[in-house]
Amino acid sequence: MSGLANVQFWAFVGVVAGIYTIFALGLQLQFGFTGLLNFGHVAFMAIGAYTMAILVVKVEWPLWLSALVAIAVSMLFGLIIGLPTVRLRADYLAITTIAFGEIIRFIAVNQQTLTGGPQGTINLTGAGRASSYNREWLDFQGWAQDQLEVILGDHATRDLTMLVLVWIVAVVLIVLLQFMVHSPWGRVLRSVREDEDATSALGKNVFSYKLQALAVGAAIGAIAGLFFAFQFSFFSPQDFDPLTTFFAYVIVLLGGTAKNWGVPVGALIFAFIFAGTRFLDFWPLSELTSADRAFLRLIVVGLILIGLMAFRPQGIFGKKEEMVLE
Amino acid sequence: MNELLQLIANGLVTGSIIAIAAIGLSLVYGILKIVNFAHGEYLVFGAYMALVVNVTWGQSLVLGALFAMIMTALLGIALEFGLWRPIRRRGAGIVSLLIVSIGLALVLRNSILLWQGGAPRRYDVDVFQVYELGPIRLSLSQIVVIVVASVVIVGIGLLLARTTLGKAMRALSDSRDLASVSGIDTDRITAYTWIVGSALAGLGGVLQGLVQNAFEPNMGFRLLLLIFAAVILGGVGSAYGALVGGLVLGLMMEVSTWSALPAGGVDSVYKPVVAFVVLILVLIFRPQGIFGRARTV
Repeated sequence: MSGLANVQFWAFVGVVAGIYTIFALGLQLQFGFTGLLNFGHVAFMAIGAYTMAILVVKVEWPLWLSALVAIAVSMLFGLIIGLPTVRLRADYLAITTIAFGEIIRFIAVNQQTLTGGPQGTINLTGAGRASSYNREWLDFQGWAQDQLEVILGDHATRDLTMLVLVWIVAVVLIVLLQFMVHSPWGRVLRSVREDEDATSALGKNVFSYKLQALAVGAAIGAIAGLFFAFQFSFFSPQDFDPLTTFFAYVIVLLGGTAKNWGVPVGALIFAFIFAGTRFLDFWPLSELTSADRAFLRLIVVGLILIGLMAFRPQGIFGKKEEMVLE
Repeated sequence: MNELLQLIANGLVTGSIIAIAAIGLSLVYGILKIVNFAHGEYLVFGAYMALVVNVTWGQSLVLGALFAMIMTALLGIALEFGLWRPIRRRGAGIVSLLIVSIGLALVLRNSILLWQGGAPRRYDVDVFQVYELGPIRLSLSQIVVIVVASVVIVGIGLLLARTTLGKAMRALSDSRDLASVSGIDTDRITAYTWIVGSALAGLGGVLQGLVQNAFEPNMGFRLLLLIFAAVILGGVGSAYGALVGGLVLGLMMEVSTWSALPAGGVDSVYKPVVAFVVLILVLIFRPQGIFGRARTV
């Protein structure tokens, strides 16, 4: 594959970046604006994707209804995990939420009759019968592609259609979140991050605001899970290991904490590093096998995290004063 | 009843490895406020160092374990000087340090993967002989773990209780400022803490690699949350707590699968989930740990 000039490559980078943008926007609200160190964010993505797939395949509900219920279920889980934990100190919250994420993943691996087990959603109706939740989505995507052809003609491919759809949702969410964080509600979130005592002295229920931030973030995480499911037509528990949450942190920290428009920038840089080491094949990358490249990619991600925290904790667009470090 | 005894024996094996690995994590957490998510990778690093000695160089695993402890201690101290201290000097808080440790975990784990690949590896030892001790069946590797762990746990207990170094470490973990005012060279004790904690992590990695037979570089992350659970159960910063927390956690995980329990006990695939639930419950109801003193946390 001839690297940079390939349209398919750029479409892939763009779709991955779009899904990660949505995913990281939820974390931006929780961590960037409210100061909640949620390290189990991937669980909300998993709950969104799995709830939708299970409802479509097993209960035979229509896709759109299932998707809405999936978002609601994820919010509910946000509240359930948040109720006992959001009062905890930052580091304890991080450890509890990562444990929560792992519990969800363990359930997805081991409750085979519910989730299809380690092989993933293809086994949702039992082994030997490939199941798919994606038919209605593909119909919709086909319709969207027809609309796009009116504008773009032959350039409107399946990948390009997905790219447009994901980014429409991402931008709508960013605009929505911009309104929310600049509303009185958003100002309270930021004051919770800065000083909980002062906020409650002003009569605000800190606990309730934290819960709301966690639940709204959980809903956005579920939306990312839906797009993840649509894009790859199939998923398994290993797609939701804690690494995915760490990626969202890289994106939020790259773009800048408490900057919604920083998220897509961080996600694009991240997706380029990620996909780039997969598709580009000039020396010295050409010396490495694809497995080695995957390891190298994660070394780079790790170095970025360390480097950011050491030299520019506020990220590209963030303000140093808005970074929670304690 | 025999089943319960067997589960207790298994629990002691699991628990003592977690306990050994938890000491370093707890001390560093208490002294430096580093929630070290890379601690699991220190175990993996130790396991692979011993593999090099045992398999690549064809030497005994005892030599391998000693080499692993030395090399992991060197890794720990090198990272203290090359990474943690400079970042602390820049005034990084607990959240920054936590995120740095995640970056470090990714770098270490994937460097080992790049170096050794992801295929499962095993030590060149024959430890599959099974011994029957009354109603309990233990493999040689499990017996080795229990013996080594007992020696190490007693040794560490003595180090902490009797030696000046041990007392200084506990003082530092209690309050860095007070320790400093009392004339303790905090930088030096911090360095020693990394050496002791990392060497123990390296040993823990070798023991875990031995007892689970085949291992790969993701072993560390799978153990990490269990180690955290032990640390929190015992009270952050308390080395004794980490020891007891590890043993209690190992026992809880195994005994939870006892078939005489209501509903036939927990399915054994959910053993780690038992630990995670314990972790969450302790943090919610008793964040100072089972043995820790109540204070503002």
